[in-house]
Amino acid sequence: MNLAVTDRILLFFFHELQNYFTLAGRTFVRIFRRPFYYRESIIQFDKLGFSSLFICILTGLFSGMVMALQSLIQLKPFAATSYVGGMVAVTMVKELGPVLAALMVTGRVGSAITAELGTMVVTEQVDAMRVEGTDIIKRLVVPRFKAMLLALPLLTIVTDIVSIFGGYIMSAGYNINPVMYISGLPQFMVFQDLIEGVVKPVVFGAIIAVTGCYAGLNTKGGAEGVGAAAKKAVVLSSVLILVSDFFIAKIFIVFRG
Amino acid sequence: MADYTDYGGDDRKGERAMNSRDSIRMEKICYSIGGRKILEDFSFLLERGVNRTILGVSGSGKTTILKLLLGLLDPDSGTVSIGDLCITGLPEASFMPQRKRIAIVFQGGALFDSMTVGENVGYRMFEEGRLSEGEITAVVREKLSFVGVDTALDLYPAELSGGMKKRVAIARALAADPDYIFFDEPTTGLDPIGVYNICNLMQRLQGEGKTTLMVTHDLATAFATSQRFTFLHQAQMLFEGSEEEMKGSCIPEVREFLEPTERSLFI
Repeated sequence: MNLAVTDRILLFFFHELQNYFTLAGRTFVRIFRRPFYYRESIIQFDKLGFSSLFICILTGLFSGMVMALQSLIQLKPFAATSYVGGMVAVTMVKELGPVLAALMVTGRVGSAITAELGTMVVTEQVDAMRVEGTDIIKRLVVPRFKAMLLALPLLTIVTDIVSIFGGYIMSAGYNINPVMYISGLPQFMVFQDLIEGVVKPVVFGAIIAVTGCYAGLNTKGGAEGVGAAAKKAVVLSSVLILVSDFFIAKIFIVFRG
Repeated sequence: MADYTDYGGDDRKGERAMNSRDSIRMEKICYSIGGRKILEDFSFLLERGVNRTILGVSGSGKTTILKLLLGLLDPDSGTVSIGDLCITGLPEASFMPQRKRIAIVFQGGALFDSMTVGENVGYRMFEEGRLSEGEITAVVREKLSFVGVDTALDLYPAELSGGMKKRVAIARALAADPDYIFFDEPTTGLDPIGVYNICNLMQRLQGEGKTTLMVTHDLATAFATSQRFTFLHQAQMLFEGSEEEMKGSCIPEVREFLEPTERSLFI
């Protein structure tokens, strides 16, 4: 690869990065400015959040069950199966719950946001809104951003609870005393774990909304462009979620001391 | 070629008083996409009261001109002014009062598909929040009635035909009470009756004092609704003048556009 090509790629990368963070910054600032588009925010909360409930319940149930199954097999030789509840809870609440819920929502919602906004761009609806005097970020991005900031933590909490219940079902199948399963939960968890389990989905929600909107609003071409933008949004969101998960975990570990 | 001169449109077209400051201008505009020049050193003046059409083959940059005039696109170089204000490089919010004097009817209508026809037409009024819902509904009904689709108030854009979509888009443009209305290929894809309706509407709008700027390659509609014509070819303005001047033009590209021949194949 010659220098000119490298230069062009780097220039493109930093240009995209700058635009992405500009959109994120402008979105954040506009959360506090009128008009607030309450109705639109509620509609988006319903569309993006509530409709993802079932898929998060399924994800939580089966990941909790498989987590308990694997833990039981590992703990059995050490006669430590009573700790399975705590292990499932701490793993799900701190790590798997937020990440799995976010990845499921990315696939379902991130692509939907991009496809919707992308279609609006290629059919000139976004241009029409701009001509009508609408602030596109305030009208299209902020309601989705607010909906995701609220919906993903709630979906994650549901995923966590259902996964612990899934672990309980699996443990009951292996004759683990239910009281022992439940009493194991606080032994492994501290309050900071719960905070971490809520902070992460807030950040992930912001990533899904901004990435989905960014890809959607920068869609070029027709139907093919919309498809490409949706794919880009899902891949980028997923990668950013996994990368940011590491850094948030690291920050919490540093603060824990 | 169909003759649209009997639409009963505005007899006074072109005779309205002109204020030298009341115009939309672009000067020495250069615009390119991915290295391909769309416009090069392009200057254009749209005066209030003079209805214009920009002609050119598909892909010649006609729609780009409309978007540049509205400030939806930023030129690589050159300036765009609405009235006295040069809008090039300004943030959108700072020229919104000037832009609100212009409305546009996009090629496909660009109706918001999540809203009903009524909500589409009343969109700007709902956004501004100055009128009550009852007042907005009254205005919406009046505008829909003007374009002849008042029965479609509660329908969604997906339930409308192509011609109805364009008429609703015109109603939405009218609801903003603009001084200028831009039309992007308003008759493309319509049957002769649909074309007739759109031409008739444009002439009635001109009769109500609106200045229209249309981009099209439909010559009959252009000659029926405009006094001045601009011909675009290879990123540059090749011709500017009246209908008579255009029809009498010796420029080969203009002649080819007006009367395509065997030679035009595969151009």
